[in-house]
Amino acid sequence: MVKEIDPSINESQFLLSALKDGRRVDGRGVYDMRSIELTFGQDFGYVQVQLGKTRIAAKVTAEVVRPRPDKPTEGMLLFNTEISPMACPTFESGSRSEEEVLISRIIEKAMRRSRAIDTEGLCIVAGEKVWQIRVDLHFLDHDGNLVDCACIAAITALLHFRRPDVTVVGEEVTIHPVDQRNPVPLSVHHIPICITFGFFDNGEYLTVDPSYLEEQVKEGDMTITMNIHKEICALSKAGGIPLEMDQVLRCSQIALVKVTEITEQIKKALEDDKAAR
Amino acid sequence: MIVDQPDQVVLPGDIIPINTDSASSEESIILGPGLRQEGENIVAVKAGILRHLEVGNRWWIESNQKRYIAAAGDSVLGTVTARLAEFYRVDIGTAHSAVLPVLAFEGATKRNRPNLVNRSLVYCRVSMANPDMEAELECVNPTTGKADGFGEMKGGHVFTCSLGLCRRLLNPETPVLKLLGDEMPFELAVGMNGRVWVNANTVKDTITVCNAIQNSEYLSAEECQSMVENLLQG
Repeated sequence: MVKEIDPSINESQFLLSALKDGRRVDGRGVYDMRSIELTFGQDFGYVQVQLGKTRIAAKVTAEVVRPRPDKPTEGMLLFNTEISPMACPTFESGSRSEEEVLISRIIEKAMRRSRAIDTEGLCIVAGEKVWQIRVDLHFLDHDGNLVDCACIAAITALLHFRRPDVTVVGEEVTIHPVDQRNPVPLSVHHIPICITFGFFDNGEYLTVDPSYLEEQVKEGDMTITMNIHKEICALSKAGGIPLEMDQVLRCSQIALVKVTEITEQIKKALEDDKAAR
Repeated sequence: MIVDQPDQVVLPGDIIPINTDSASSEESIILGPGLRQEGENIVAVKAGILRHLEVGNRWWIESNQKRYIAAAGDSVLGTVTARLAEFYRVDIGTAHSAVLPVLAFEGATKRNRPNLVNRSLVYCRVSMANPDMEAELECVNPTTGKADGFGEMKGGHVFTCSLGLCRRLLNPETPVLKLLGDEMPFELAVGMNGRVWVNANTVKDTITVCNAIQNSEYLSAEECQSMVENLLQG
């Protein structure tokens, strides 16, 4: 495994003096996120998201399985994060590093616990057959803020995905192949989006959507997962410097603005893709 | 594939028909980066543009990559990662970290040693590089024994870019550098390992220079001009 090299003193000092001046090293404003590009694949359920230079691909697949014994009427939603040295030489393939565990836990909390996808609607025959929706996230390029990019990729792929149509007559279940009957979209209750903040100089300065250098220099971070209905789905602050209450509230207000913009962009991209098919 | 003339795009495996047995056979042919002799043929091993210089009958391939492989004589920018008894361990972006002897500075003696801390930035020269060993660095010009710009860099900001862009930046006539130099004074130290150090008077100017150079990689001269004008306005 390649050990992560800390940035030089020149870089970290320059980053802090730029923040004191209200600027960021890549020319962005303090509250600016990098531009987001969404590219859909040929099949339903594949999307590649680029947040600046950070790139993540998400693929959704569906399978019919037996449900869990304690939840016979609910389908299953699985998230699988594939971190490999392709994204960053410091990542080890197959090994669950601390960063990867944090990212996959935030995604699970954001999507599963917030009930973004209606799992009851995934039931085919109670107690016997349910849909298992599996989301595979591949981290292709790491230039900071993998969490936000992964969340956007996951929810966009779930919105884009179409599962095969099913008819149940008594005990008989027919799963119609995709070429016979149009596949059916998943029922998504709301669109949770994660926004990550980085904190510097004892909580004095904050940046939205930290880049790779900012992530190395930051003293603390916080991820707020919200939807456009002003509901906070999850708030993750794992370690780092302590924050004041008004800072947390201010971050949630900033996050709301960003979430509204991103949700608009996702909806527009999905409509454009639908029109193009 | 047989390649006809210089300035043509070549792929690895292409045979270059350089005349090896004509009247000019007294003159030796110098093969630069990307070319290798295999038996009777000269074969390209990198993808890029074939270049030729009449003076000295030099042939080489101009290619681009991001990963640096240490070569003797290159000037590189490194970050000090550890201080050991007789040398510093410096990261220059290669697979293994490089080694910078404590005495390889101008005016350094056993009593008078330089004082570099962890994470300092140094501009140094690769004195020795073998494919399987750690590279060795020095912070003096070997012929004169003077620093000549090598040593610790203070202030400023460092960014990474591709090796091809670094090579182009070494030419002071590069369009983006001239356009920026007309607007603001700044210092530049280019490392052949893909790292560039920039220092200007204000934070805003340094950020502008860094972003302008990074944006200019694939732009033509006219596009560079409009890009720099946009950056200076915003």
